[in-house]
Amino acid sequence: MDKSQGRVARDTAGELPPVVTHSGHRGLQLEEKLIFEQGVPGRIGVDVPNPPQGAADKLGAFARKEPIGLPDLSEPQVVRHFTRLSQKNYGIDSGLFSLGSCTMKHNPRLNEKMARLPGFADIHPLQPVKTVQGALELIDELARWLKTLTGMPAVAMSPAAGAHGELCGMVAIWAAIKAKGEGETRRRVLVPESAHGTNPATAAMLGFTVDPIPADARGRVDLAAFEAKLGPDVAAIMLTNPNTCGLFETDIKRIADLVHKAGGYFYCDGANYNAIAGRVRPADLGVDAMHINLHKTFSTPHGGGGPGSGPVVLSAALAPFAPLPYVVHGKDGFRLVETKEAGAAPFGRLKGFNGQMGMFVRALAYMLSHGADGIRRASEDAVLNANYVHARLKDVMTPAFEGPCMHEALFDDRFLKDTGVSTLDFAKALIDEGYHPMTMYFPLVVHGAMLIEPTESESKDSLDAFIASLRHLAALAKQGNQAAHFHAAPRLTPRRRLDETRAARQPILRWKPAAPPAPTAQAAE
Amino acid sequence: MRYLPHTEADREAMLAAIGAKSVDELFVDVPAEARLAGPVAGLSTTKSELEVERILGAMAAKNRPAGAMASFMGSGAYRHHVPASVDYIVQRGEFLTSYTPYQPEIAQGTLQYLFEFQTQVALLTGMEVANASMYDAATAAVEAVQMANRVTRRGKAILSGALHPHYRETIETHGRFSGFDVAALPANLDGLAGIEALLDAKTSCVVVQYPNVFGRLQDLRGLAAACQKAGALLIVAIPEIVSMGAVVPPGDMGADIVVAEGQSIGNALNFGGPYVGLFAAKEKYLRQMPGRLCGETVDADGKRGFVLTLSTREQHIRREKATSNICTNSGLCALAFTVHLSLLGETGLKRLAALNHAMATSLEAKLARVKGVKVLTDAYFNEFALELPRDAAEVVDKLADKGVLAGVPGGRLWPDDPSMARTLIVAATETNTLADIDLFAAKLAEVL
Repeated sequence: MDKSQGRVARDTAGELPPVVTHSGHRGLQLEEKLIFEQGVPGRIGVDVPNPPQGAADKLGAFARKEPIGLPDLSEPQVVRHFTRLSQKNYGIDSGLFSLGSCTMKHNPRLNEKMARLPGFADIHPLQPVKTVQGALELIDELARWLKTLTGMPAVAMSPAAGAHGELCGMVAIWAAIKAKGEGETRRRVLVPESAHGTNPATAAMLGFTVDPIPADARGRVDLAAFEAKLGPDVAAIMLTNPNTCGLFETDIKRIADLVHKAGGYFYCDGANYNAIAGRVRPADLGVDAMHINLHKTFSTPHGGGGPGSGPVVLSAALAPFAPLPYVVHGKDGFRLVETKEAGAAPFGRLKGFNGQMGMFVRALAYMLSHGADGIRRASEDAVLNANYVHARLKDVMTPAFEGPCMHEALFDDRFLKDTGVSTLDFAKALIDEGYHPMTMYFPLVVHGAMLIEPTESESKDSLDAFIASLRHLAALAKQGNQAAHFHAAPRLTPRRRLDETRAARQPILRWKPAAPPAPTAQAAE
Repeated sequence: MRYLPHTEADREAMLAAIGAKSVDELFVDVPAEARLAGPVAGLSTTKSELEVERILGAMAAKNRPAGAMASFMGSGAYRHHVPASVDYIVQRGEFLTSYTPYQPEIAQGTLQYLFEFQTQVALLTGMEVANASMYDAATAAVEAVQMANRVTRRGKAILSGALHPHYRETIETHGRFSGFDVAALPANLDGLAGIEALLDAKTSCVVVQYPNVFGRLQDLRGLAAACQKAGALLIVAIPEIVSMGAVVPPGDMGADIVVAEGQSIGNALNFGGPYVGLFAAKEKYLRQMPGRLCGETVDADGKRGFVLTLSTREQHIRREKATSNICTNSGLCALAFTVHLSLLGETGLKRLAALNHAMATSLEAKLARVKGVKVLTDAYFNEFALELPRDAAEVVDKLADKGVLAGVPGGRLWPDDPSMARTLIVAATETNTLADIDLFAAKLAEVL
């Protein structure tokens, strides 16, 4: 056995200069050019069979004659390119992802396996329904789980994401208002200042006037301000619960009762449903519509920004207005309703085809795995983890509100006062520590906000290590004279801070071939 | 439970650190009457992987996958072969489990492929700029109409009679509730018929499909000129992006905005989702574009890098003044698209498109010989329409029992238009064989 193998070589020569490599690579941090800078005509990464001989040409005058401009590469080049790109990314598989409000929990690979079963992945959305009974059964079963967990009587399955779900819920509310003949008069939507940006954007898309409600000193809706804003022109309140400060809205039932009494509806932004799933049924809080981000609460992958899925549970008052298509169970099995039928008043279609089927399979795989007991336990652990972070950091960082919190712990930047270190600097330093930063400067109601959502996926050991890094950084910042150190962070990443102003002022949104060099006077001769 | 790391001892230690006796104390802010005492009734409890595989496997087995039959279905969703390396890349955890790239220092992988994706989409469609993707073609079409409304400060969209009914219905829904007018022409093989007569000073845009819902290729240059004259934007929707490997792109025919369904490259049928909407436009409209945009810049050391940019258009900055409420894009589907198209390259895409076209013309030649069948489409890519002597939905239903998914019947797409009941829309791709085509023709002859 060669005992020299793997032994750490002790550097006895003292300080060495920084490593400068010839290639530009730095060990496992590999530089990678754009795919467009790597092509060589004549290479190919897919062997396409030859067309049958003698086939006619029916393109008419439409044949594309000009080159498209795509690069030609072989398969090993393409695989290496994207593998190298992947290594410049941080994911939940890499480490703790403290991004508040985004719920970066573990994405089980069982979900991926199930979604790829040919019986789900290889079915066309317009196949005769008798050939897709299992797909309709899956949608119906997922709908049953969502309805049972929330206590709501109906669910619209087609929205493609959370914001799309908000749109669905608010359109259903407007359809109900119109049906009552109040479409012209109820044009105001109340939105707390702490809301996600999608809430006011959705209301505005539908032509509603957005009327903000302030938060009180406890981080909840200011009840007096809310009551003062109620009136016969109020269509709805859009309220996130637990709210974006990570707090349960203690007056939520009163808010629901009051908005109902005023003739409006309660839209609940369900982005934070993962804190209460299995412990609280939104129906018991007076909710009329709530979207559920399957990519948050039910573990379908965020995938670098989608695809998501945002089914919307609806109260009995809104159920008749649910969008097309939807699944019903008749005497001959499942049916897909794609057009208006008697007794329903669907507000129309929200997207092509039948919803995010691939995400439905993943979410149901997750729900079946957990079961009702596991879902409840997951919510409890998510809340436990956030409170643990809150408790272990409250002496060195400054919690925005008193505990207990729900699934996320919110801090402000008071602890950084006079250190010259900003929330952004502090978060960027966390990157060098090997963590994805918390959500910064959101919610807007807290100064220099840092919103930490550990999720239930993190073990106590993992949280302890994360907390130790944050305590170290907080102590370092308070030590003084560290502003430059923090401002330079991150320094250990494939790229350091990027110039976002330049990107916006001189937008370069696509690769273009370098212009051929201008002909010199000689060449022109 | 395998997804939850805590032991009971961990939970107790953590509760002690918090100063709570039980986890119930952490839920003290929930109104007492809304607290559930135990797990929600009526749902199953924790299951092993093996048990979940059995349950979902049984549901999957009740479906008949397109790959197990001779499938000729299109109408906005196409069955193509996806190389094995595409799914390998998509399942890498650094892509699969990452978030929207708000922290560019640790998301250069996502950002660089989005930059490559935007470039690919611009090149395919013949447009100047493209965004980082939308949910699907139908929602991208809605965003295009709303963008045209902003650019022109008008509020009427004219929809071609050969626009996919799902795209049309999605635009109509948004028109009803976002307050713009929609003039939708009735189903018509000639997707350009009747449009110019509706163009007026209120018109913000015209939406046509290319190839149209009947598979037909039509010259859009005359319409583009008419739109320009009327001060309206021409929006072109592409249902089958592989077609761009064979046909003149809309950008070369004067389109102002191009939207497309990108499912065909890199993505499975998935019963209709998730898909990936493509969105491209002329550069002068850049600041009115919806959705995420990725741009090139430099880092603190002067090295090239990529960031999300022009986010002052977006909801998380602009709130109620945003260009759209859209938050996510269709990241993983866009990645699959980018990887597959990188594998294909210029040469491969052209070969793939040529093969698709050849399979479709081979199919047409066979079906045209079946008694009673009339081919309706002249110039096309990989999809065309037939008129049958009887109800097409009944024919499709019967052929499904004979191992053939015989296309999409008019009655499925236009349930309220009896004039479309005998129309059948069929598509062929590289996944079909000549034997599939022979089977389809033989079985069709049997049932007609």
